[in-house]
Amino acid sequence: MKEKLIQRYTAAERANHWVVAGCFLLLAISGLGFFFPAFFWLTDLFGTPQLARILHPFVGVVMVLAFVRQFFRYWRHNLIDKEDVVWMKSLREVLKGNEAGDTGRYNAGQKGMFWLMTGCLVLLLCSGVIAWRPYFAIHFPIPVIRLALLVHSASAVALIVGIIVHVYAALWIKGTIRAMVEGVVSHAWARKHHPRWYRDVIGKR
Amino acid sequence: MALQSLDVLRRSASPTAAPEARTPGEVAKLIDVTTCIGCKACQVACSEWNDLRAEVGTCVGVYDNPTDLSSEAWTVMRFSEVEENGKLEWLIRKDGCMHCVDPGCLKACPSPGAIIQYKNGIVDFHQENCIGCGYCVSGCPFDIPRISPRDNKAYKCSLCSDRVAVGQEPACVKTCPTGAIQFGSKEAMIEAAAVRVTDLKSRGFDQAGLYDPQGVGGTHVMYVLHHADRPALYANLPKDPVISPTVRLWKGLLKPIAAFGIAAAVLAGFFHYVTVGPSRVEDEEKEGTL
Repeated sequence: MKEKLIQRYTAAERANHWVVAGCFLLLAISGLGFFFPAFFWLTDLFGTPQLARILHPFVGVVMVLAFVRQFFRYWRHNLIDKEDVVWMKSLREVLKGNEAGDTGRYNAGQKGMFWLMTGCLVLLLCSGVIAWRPYFAIHFPIPVIRLALLVHSASAVALIVGIIVHVYAALWIKGTIRAMVEGVVSHAWARKHHPRWYRDVIGKR
Repeated sequence: MALQSLDVLRRSASPTAAPEARTPGEVAKLIDVTTCIGCKACQVACSEWNDLRAEVGTCVGVYDNPTDLSSEAWTVMRFSEVEENGKLEWLIRKDGCMHCVDPGCLKACPSPGAIIQYKNGIVDFHQENCIGCGYCVSGCPFDIPRISPRDNKAYKCSLCSDRVAVGQEPACVKTCPTGAIQFGSKEAMIEAAAVRVTDLKSRGFDQAGLYDPQGVGGTHVMYVLHHADRPALYANLPKDPVISPTVRLWKGLLKPIAAFGIAAAVLAGFFHYVTVGPSRVEDEEKEGTL
C-alpha cells in the first residue's frame, strides 16, 4: 500500500529556496576567498579574483531579494511560542533523535535559524552596500567603511556557521531533503517532527 | 613583478614567508616642510617620471591643485594658512604615501602580492594583482590610496621603487629646487632632521621636530615640522596615526574565531552523524515506537 504524501513546499517555494541557496554558495566561496588569505584561490573559481570581487555584491543583491520573498512567506510560522520552550529545554533529547513538544510547522531550532538568517542578511546588505566599490563606498567616510567591513565579515561568518547547521540538520533528518527537492514529506515524517502542523494539514482535508 | 634586486619583507595576504635572503638597509625620504616653497616641482616630477597626468583642475581659491590625491596624482602640496604668535604662517605639506613600517594597507589587502613591502621600507602596490576591493583605502591611517575610476585598481606613491632599485633617488627628491626633500638611509635622514630641528629651535620654533610616528612603527617618509606638537596644523596630518582598531579586529581576532566556528560546526555535524546516526522516521514506524 503506497502512502499518500503531504505537500510541504510548492514548486515556487522550492525554486525560491534554491535561488537563495545557490547565491549563498557563490557568496560564501568568494567571501571566504576574500577573508582568508590561504583560501584566496577560491576566488579563481569565478574566472579571475577581480571578477569574483565584481560579481560578489550583485549575487548578494539577488540573494537578499530572493530571501525577502522567503521572509514574507514564512515569518508568521516562525514566531516563538510555548512549545518552542519545551523543544529547546529538551535539546539534548532532540539531538538523540527524540522529538519534544507539540511542534508546529517549524521547531525552535528552525525558527532560530530563520531569525539568524534574517538578522545576518540585514547586516550583510547594509554593510555590503557601504563597502561596495566603485558605486557606493565613495559616498561613505572611511571609518564607516571600516566598520562595515568588520560587520560584513562577522555576520557572514555567523551566517556560514548557521547554514552548516541548517544543511546538516537536513541531511541528518531523513526525508527532509525530499521536502525541498520534490516538495513532499511522508505522514510519518510530519507526525514525528511537526505534529501540530500535521494535525492542521490533515484537519483541513 | 616584484623587483628582483629589492628584497621583500612582507607580501599582502601571504601566510608563508616572502623571499628574504638579503638584508638591504632601510631608506627614507625626509620632507623639510620648513624649507618648502610650494613650487610643486615635486608634483610635476612625480607626474613626469610615473607618466601620470591628472586632470587639469580649476582654482578653488587656494593654491591646492589638484585638490586631492588621485590615481593620477600620487603627491599633492597642501597649503594651510594658520595664525601663530600673531603672525600668519603659510604651511605647505607635500602629501603622499608615508611608507609605514607597519602598513595598514598591506594588513587589509586580501589579494596575495598586490601590496609588497620591500626590506628597504618601500611599500609598493602591484596593480596586476589588485582586485579593486578598496580594503587598502580602509586600512590606511593617512587616507592615501586611491582607486582609479578607469581600471578600478588602487594607486599611490611607490617612492619610485623602480628608481631606488637602481640606486637613484625618487623623482620628487631629484627635482626639489630648495633641497627640502632629501633621500638616503633612514639613519642618515634622522640625523639630517636633527640638524634642521636644532637650527629651527635656535630660530624660535621651540616645538620644531621630526614626524616619524611610532604608532605605525615609524615611517619611511618623514617630515621636519616647525610645530611638531601640532601636526594637525598641516592639513590635518594625524598626531598619532595607528591602524584602526576596527581593521585590526577584522584582520586579526576575527580570523581565528571564524576558522574555529566553521571547523567546529563541520566537525560537530560529522561526529554527530557517525555517533548518533541518521534519524529515519520510517525505521521507528516499523518498530512501532510511533
